Amino acid sequence: MNRRTVLSLAVVVSAALLLPGCTGTGGSSKGADAKAPDDPSKVTGTIKVLTVRTDLVQDGTMKKYAAEFNKTYPKVKVEFEALTNYEAEVKIRMNTENYGDVLLIPAVIKKADYPRFFASLGTAAERGKKYRFTDYTTVDGKVYGQSPIGVAPGFVYNKRIWKEAGVTEWPTTPAEFIQDLKAIKAKTDAIPYYTNFAAGWTLTSWTYVDGAVHCDPQATTELADGDPWAKGADLRVGDTLLHDIVKAGLVEKDPTTSNWEESKPRTAKGEIATQWLGTWAIVQFRDAAEKAGVNPDDIGFMPFPSQTDGKFCATVAPDYNQAVNVHSKHKEAARAWIDWFTDKSTYGRDNLAISPLKNASMPEVLKPYEERGVKLIEVDDSKGARVKQLDSDSEVGIYAPEYRQNLVDLARGARKGSLDSFLGDLSKRWTDAQKNLGS
Amino acid sequence: MTDTTQKAAVEVIPAAPAPAPATRRTRLRRGVTPWLFLVAPLALLITFTYAPIVNMLAYSFTDWDGVSPVLHYTGTENYQEVFTRPDLFEVFWVSGYYLAASAVQIVLALYFATVLSFNVRFRNFFKGVLFFPYLINGVAIGFVFLYFFQDGGTLDSVLSLFGVHTDHAWLGTPASANTSLAGVSVWRYLGLNFVLFLGAIQSIPGELYEAAELDGAGRWHQFRYIIAPGIKPVLTLTVILSISGSLSVFEIPYIMTGGATGTETFVIQTVNLAFRFNKTGLASAAAVVLLLIILLVTWVQRRLVPDDKVDLV
Repeated sequence: MNRRTVLSLAVVVSAALLLPGCTGTGGSSKGADAKAPDDPSKVTGTIKVLTVRTDLVQDGTMKKYAAEFNKTYPKVKVEFEALTNYEAEVKIRMNTENYGDVLLIPAVIKKADYPRFFASLGTAAERGKKYRFTDYTTVDGKVYGQSPIGVAPGFVYNKRIWKEAGVTEWPTTPAEFIQDLKAIKAKTDAIPYYTNFAAGWTLTSWTYVDGAVHCDPQATTELADGDPWAKGADLRVGDTLLHDIVKAGLVEKDPTTSNWEESKPRTAKGEIATQWLGTWAIVQFRDAAEKAGVNPDDIGFMPFPSQTDGKFCATVAPDYNQAVNVHSKHKEAARAWIDWFTDKSTYGRDNLAISPLKNASMPEVLKPYEERGVKLIEVDDSKGARVKQLDSDSEVGIYAPEYRQNLVDLARGARKGSLDSFLGDLSKRWTDAQKNLGS
Repeated sequence: MTDTTQKAAVEVIPAAPAPAPATRRTRLRRGVTPWLFLVAPLALLITFTYAPIVNMLAYSFTDWDGVSPVLHYTGTENYQEVFTRPDLFEVFWVSGYYLAASAVQIVLALYFATVLSFNVRFRNFFKGVLFFPYLINGVAIGFVFLYFFQDGGTLDSVLSLFGVHTDHAWLGTPASANTSLAGVSVWRYLGLNFVLFLGAIQSIPGELYEAAELDGAGRWHQFRYIIAPGIKPVLTLTVILSISGSLSVFEIPYIMTGGATGTETFVIQTVNLAFRFNKTGLASAAAVVLLLIILLVTWVQRRLVPDDKVDLV
């Protein structure tokens, strides 16, 4: 190595060490507010709305919403940008100031950082009167996001197949659920349960059994302070059920090559009996039924097989929260869009979703829930940020597919070990992270 | 030697009217000109190769999560974590499958290159067929092969044509999944190796074969004594590329299985650390370690097989 290479190496390394100092967006706009405009006709500007709904942007539905919006706010031009790999792309863009005017809050953003990235929509006290889910985005008493729809997890199932198998009542315990799946396997040609292993994200919805199992609005706090895989804990109950379903051979023959898009028409046609998803999926499955020329009313929805005080429970949580970019030049227009989209648009109804407005009635798809007295609970999210932190620190990934894919592999025998040691490892990693993080 | 040729060139050029002595300005211009040509490639190289590496090095000393404006300098903590967690290195076993596959790949590529360098019928057609997969986008290949390996998919139907009903979940167990994925990677990169070998073989002068044939050498002897030594540098290069490639496999398993069922490679793990668990600092350290491992392996290989000159004639 001659002197010159030593010198250039030294330059590279010192540059490397200096660089972190100048990364990131400054905190100058921190704490800005996006106020609701007083006079709709005076708001102007072009706003860019980032969304995950590639399908709705492509088929022009979003444009229709925008046209409707322009009837009230004639001078605001709304542009959409749909991102297929939303989380990853937006995360990178958020290192600059240019990440749209309205965006969905990515899961990776730490709650404490919300004021750096988003403009406030108002105080929690004031917004909480009208809207659900405000605590999911509240930092220091101010709210930074609003979801246009609420979702509840549950099993999307084919009513006809379940009836053919002789099951007319919803199962009330995991054991009963497995009995019913066995009946489906014995009496029909349908695949009793479809894992959608290959898509991955579909398995993450099993995390949303949290709260439903014991009807506990403090379920998230439990995750933050307790052991999610302790005996009887919600996630353990859910994961054990998934494991047992796979182990009993009640799933598709080769989960590794499962296909999400294909699973929709197949469920509608009765080739697949059940999938654990969420209310948001119902509309897609009904569409698939219509396209396949079968009865959309065959698509049913049922809660997790567990009862507390003789009642089923289902958690209601927000979908992605919409927020205003703190660097946006048209904050009023952006705010107007969020308010209009949440309160006035037909987006929620079109998706058969639960409205974030407290005074709105339940969607028609949840009629069976109302009839059978399913208790809908809103989980307290004040410890949500800590749960996310623990999840990253422990590298468990309760909102990522890997650990459930490993669980399914374990149950199929493609991975060595027992369920107890597998879940024990998860709880060890989780509680270790809790110790490291302190409280 | 170069000096004299340069002088000669300089003496020839000023045959023009006034052989004025080069002023300071023109000398400066002459000095700058080659750099002007280099501006574009250098700018691209620095922006897209070296700047990101410097950035990555920088992040590897921090606890950055990938978005937060706040990050802390943590010294060598990330490197300590990488080296004290054996689970991070376990995934290198998966590379074994790809290493074995690259051995198969090199032998196949060498075979096809040798055969097609002689006069065979439909030679160019077969060359095209072999090289074609390399031109397809990796994402597309991933999706195509997902259908291929599906239960009742292309592979199963083709096998059943021959009366073989395997009923085997190709991506179902770690061994079978890794073998299948490595097979896809052979299919994809065979073309590249093939073209490299073909180019090298065609640079061997044709008289050598004629002479060898006169001496009664068969195809195998021609390969053994003319082709193999003639393409040795390309062969070593390919081996180096294959080994570093096997250590850093990414797109095919990432798209097809996402690392499930024991197909996770080191790069997938790094990507998960960075984007799933928001440990960009740790992931950068892991990436730097991978870079160092690859450099080390290459260096060792260069030591074992020195790059000597080929001298056939």
